[in-house]
Amino acid sequence: MKKGLLFVSFLIILSLVLSGCGGAGGGADTIRVGLVAELTGDIPAVGASCKNAAEMAVAEINDAGGLDIGGKKYKVELFIEDNAGKADQSASAAQKLITQQNVVAIIGPNASRYAIPASEIAESSKVVLISPWSTNPKTTLDAKTDASKKYVFRAAFIDPFQGRVIARFALDNLKATRAAVLYDVASDYNKGIAEFFKATFEGSGGTVVAFETYTTGDKDFTAQLTKIKDTNPDVVFLPNYYSEVPLQIQQAKRLGITVPFLGSDSWGSAELITLCGTDCESYYFSTHYAADNATPVAKGFIDAYTAKYGNTPDDVAALTYDSFGLLWQALKAAGKIDRQAVRDALAKIPNFEGVTGTMQFAEGSGDPIKSAVILQIVNGKFVFFANANP
Amino acid sequence: MIYILQQSLNALQLGSIYALIALGYTMVYGILTMINFAHGDLFMVGAFFGFMAALAFKLPFIPTLLISMIGVGLLGVAIERVAYKPLRQAPRVSAIITALGVGIFLENLTLVFYPYPQSVPQLLQNITWTIGGVTVSSLQIIIILMSLGLMVLLDFIVRRTMVGMAMRAVSWDKTIVPLMGVPVNLVISITFAIGTSLGGAAGVMYSQAFPVIDPYMGIMIGWKAFISAVVGGIGNIRGAMIGGFILGGVEIMVAAFLPSTYRDFVAFTLLLVLLIFRPYGILGQPRPQKV
Repeated sequence: MKKGLLFVSFLIILSLVLSGCGGAGGGADTIRVGLVAELTGDIPAVGASCKNAAEMAVAEINDAGGLDIGGKKYKVELFIEDNAGKADQSASAAQKLITQQNVVAIIGPNASRYAIPASEIAESSKVVLISPWSTNPKTTLDAKTDASKKYVFRAAFIDPFQGRVIARFALDNLKATRAAVLYDVASDYNKGIAEFFKATFEGSGGTVVAFETYTTGDKDFTAQLTKIKDTNPDVVFLPNYYSEVPLQIQQAKRLGITVPFLGSDSWGSAELITLCGTDCESYYFSTHYAADNATPVAKGFIDAYTAKYGNTPDDVAALTYDSFGLLWQALKAAGKIDRQAVRDALAKIPNFEGVTGTMQFAEGSGDPIKSAVILQIVNGKFVFFANANP
Repeated sequence: MIYILQQSLNALQLGSIYALIALGYTMVYGILTMINFAHGDLFMVGAFFGFMAALAFKLPFIPTLLISMIGVGLLGVAIERVAYKPLRQAPRVSAIITALGVGIFLENLTLVFYPYPQSVPQLLQNITWTIGGVTVSSLQIIIILMSLGLMVLLDFIVRRTMVGMAMRAVSWDKTIVPLMGVPVNLVISITFAIGTSLGGAAGVMYSQAFPVIDPYMGIMIGWKAFISAVVGGIGNIRGAMIGGFILGGVEIMVAAFLPSTYRDFVAFTLLLVLLIFRPYGILGQPRPQKV
């Protein structure tokens, strides 16, 4: 019994020593990259797209023999962690990837409410984290000082920009002067974008007549929607996730609200159409790219993705692919597999041409400068409507 | 005025769902003095049974509702036999922990089959009328009437039939009543079957009103129904119904007249205050503890 215990402790010590040997971010010939995605929980379609795109990005490198860094080819090893749609599990998944899997960088999580806790871990451990889809400003900002985090980047534009784009669209294209907003007050993303929309809309002469909230998981919105109907808006803005938007629109229609609905990039999942049926027809939302108005780079990605998985990539897939693209370029520029060197190279990327447009990081910030698009839902498809530049 | 009427209708719809689920909590508590925390998840399973039946057999609303009620009722009986019966003599805490475990088991089992939120096919034709400015949908009316109908039926069973008399007897005393020839295990099984099948019915109706279902949908609504049962006086069937309508009404009216962010905060504070003045709930009676 005692001998067995001794043997086990010996094994534990040995494994600790061995894992310490690898050095940050890689064994001899591999680049270890971590992925934290929402594979289960309330937005699993996001996690699935993210994982698909990640596996595709890694397979492309490995099929080509590896990534060329400083004249040597390195294979990429991907470690996927599920955050189960929970904030605490996002942080622990990031911690696990950093300390146990010893990754050079982490991609994900996607939703801001998971990306923010994970980014705190990455920042304090000095490991690069690129969130593909998180648009809340807080992801890349230090909670205490409001200064930019040094190790946290993203591939998406941020909510102040998106809120401005939608507010301008409502004012200019839809000629709306009275807007109502219903948003999830328990989620960083929804709350942030609702407030930025309100600020721009009111700043440009419109009135926000109703600013109503609910909490994640609610399904009955009739009280808030009745209140919204009573204020007689020209347009209703729903910056909420694709799993909740269909319920909100269906209930609103049942209560007799007939004005157009507007959304944000959280609408951009094919699941929205599945859950909505025809109820979401003709409404608009802002997002990262339009699959039907693609640049040559985007076209290549869309074709490869469609061939591999049988459906058009959504914005999460495109942004995940771009996050990996940014990481490959940073690794090449760094010339070595080192956490600090990758971070420095990533911050200085001059002009990255990705699927979702060209981007570069603003001086000293993890937020890219890039443009947005407005899509319309036509016959159950997302159709390009307009461009919005930064 | 129109606004208040409209919101009252919303409150009736939400309240009738809460009341139906609260009945399951209160019936099980009445007979076993145990809180079946898996009940919210049985409600979720009910919604999924309805969803599967609607997809597989393409049946109209009533047969789908019955299939789901029977399925959930059988599941409730099985859960009681497998998980709760062996613990009947154990401390109450063990049974409550087991119930929480069963709930988590049901969530994750459903997650295996349906990891994505599902869209439920519309089984009831939805017509909306505008009566004097108030928008009424046929769905709302059907849900409210069906819930009330089920509650009246249950009240009748418990108060006027032999089975109901046996239930009340078992609830009163589990030591003496078996000596009088009442089959306690059978009565407990019937109670579970009725209580959980009402949860299943609520699940189907809820998924018609709010047609996006997911494995976690039962958690929050389960808590709220449990609170309804406590407010009404847990163990008391009419109390559970009243509690459900009170909670639904308070929630909707708070959201209607105050910023909706305060909804849960104000609603639950009011309920706490109510419990300070009536600690056994509105219709609950303090049970003297025999030492």
